Amino acid sequence: MNLTRRQALITALSAAAVAGILPRSASAQSLDEAISAFTGGAEATEGGVIITAPEIAENGNTVPVEVEAEGAARIIIFAAGNPNPDVVTFAFGPLAAVSRGSTRIRLAETQDIIVMAEMSDGSYQMAAQEVKVTIGGCGG
Amino acid sequence: MEGVRPRVRVDSAAEAGDIVEVKTLISHPMESGLRRDGDGELIPRHIINRFTAEYNGEMVLDVEMHGAISTNPYFEFDATVPEPGSFTFTWYDDDGDVYTATDDQSF
Repeated sequence: MNLTRRQALITALSAAAVAGILPRSASAQSLDEAISAFTGGAEATEGGVIITAPEIAENGNTVPVEVEAEGAARIIIFAAGNPNPDVVTFAFGPLAAVSRGSTRIRLAETQDIIVMAEMSDGSYQMAAQEVKVTIGGCGG
Repeated sequence: MEGVRPRVRVDSAAEAGDIVEVKTLISHPMESGLRRDGDGELIPRHIINRFTAEYNGEMVLDVEMHGAISTNPYFEFDATVPEPGSFTFTWYDDDGDVYTATDDQSF
């Protein structure tokens, strides 16, 4: 996944939101707002984050996703194409053996999953993966 | 809310310091707040917004959840078991209800 494509996606999403194309609830944040809420505006470098998710999800209501980032204090999952991009944040405590979490999420349509990790030294790493959705999860 | 049932499955540690895999599932509709009913009215959000796993009072995992977590939230993760004791799992509902489950580790 290259940065140019993600930037284009974000721009397209913002434009669509302004035009009122996307359904948005009052509390919904844009993707870039949600990312800076997590990083505090710090740059994230690509790599160090492993996403395990299907390439094609038949049912957007329940898509299995596993994330892992060695040494991460927190890992956050964003769904770039959902009305609200926030999905879940894992904060690992002293008794977490591995910085790994697995869950099932809703995806409204084919889109990129963006995963960011806050490392113990305060730096941020990230990865992204496209998931093609056959039948969208309602109201993700 | 009524009828919410947590289920947990945890490996058994054989000795101090073992890593165990934890799987948790809880029955809950996770109404996202973005769906509309038959009359076109938005159905209010009603989700579990936080899940924690602790062992003998020490944190393993603290999860913040949003409306994009699927119905019947499922989590899988790895915990270190430093001594005999018990896990406490806690789910926090938007409506103020709190659901808990425990798992004992003796070796």
